[in-house]
Amino acid sequence: MASPLEQFTIKPLVEVPGGFDYTNSSLWMTIAVVTATVFLVGGMRKRAMVPGPWQSMAESVYEFIGNMIRDNVGSEGRKFFPLIFTIFMFVLFGNALGLVPGAFTYTSHIIVTFAMALAVFVFVTLVGLAKHGLHFFSFFVPDGAPKFLYPLIIPIEIISYLSRPISLSVRLFANMVAGHTMLKVFAGFVFGLGAATFGIGALAPIAINVLLIGFEFMIAFIQAYVFTILTCLYLNDALHLH
Amino acid sequence: MEVEAAKMIGAGLACIALFGVGIGIGNIFSSLISSVARNPASRGQVFGLSMLGFALVEAIGLFALLIAFLILFT
Repeated sequence: MASPLEQFTIKPLVEVPGGFDYTNSSLWMTIAVVTATVFLVGGMRKRAMVPGPWQSMAESVYEFIGNMIRDNVGSEGRKFFPLIFTIFMFVLFGNALGLVPGAFTYTSHIIVTFAMALAVFVFVTLVGLAKHGLHFFSFFVPDGAPKFLYPLIIPIEIISYLSRPISLSVRLFANMVAGHTMLKVFAGFVFGLGAATFGIGALAPIAINVLLIGFEFMIAFIQAYVFTILTCLYLNDALHLH
Repeated sequence: MEVEAAKMIGAGLACIALFGVGIGIGNIFSSLISSVARNPASRGQVFGLSMLGFALVEAIGLFALLIAFLILFT
């Protein structure tokens, strides 16, 4: 039987010289972007005063992110709405579409999530520097700490700041890899137990897998939410310094 | 000791991290239950925070899983 990690292999679909192959990862990114665009543009096409089911779905996603930014960043965060909304939709659709059987989850690759986290990190740092200038570095000096502890606290603060993109990306990536591997491991039990007990024993792992799929849909949403809310919190730190 | 056997033991040891994760998740949900029991009106607000905390703690468990995978498959 194939290894549970085989589902994460990247296969080039269209060979392009110079290492720019169009892979199954790129294919599913394209599908996610197209689906998200169709979902939002199609939902808002009618612009009804009283929204129908589709339009209210699109509106509730918009309101969800709008509220998140208002609660966590404040009114200054409004101009960053497009960025945060795009990040949320891209991660959410990547996680959710990855649960379609046979699909590829691009968020299960550390390079994808790390690129996103690094972009967020660099952007947030630049926003902080542009807003506060050199005063931004006072972020690393905590208020109210005794002076003699500064040589200890400032390096810790700097390390914790620099480790943000790593923890942000590894959290999403590890959740996706662990979830999909777990599904595959339980799917493997179906064959093992089924062969040993004339098919009766296969029912238990199938039932567990049904539950796990539901759990994974929850994780897909929660991880997209966590990625976005942490982006908001980092932005808040950069804009307001503590 | 053979390398294969040592790898298996190492991957098993990496799961000790789940000890702390279990305590953390239990702590989050016990505080969620007690705060909702005290003030049921705050449920919506507290639930969002608890989900954030749950995801952050769960990620720690997954870091351990990742280490176990790295030990086993590389």
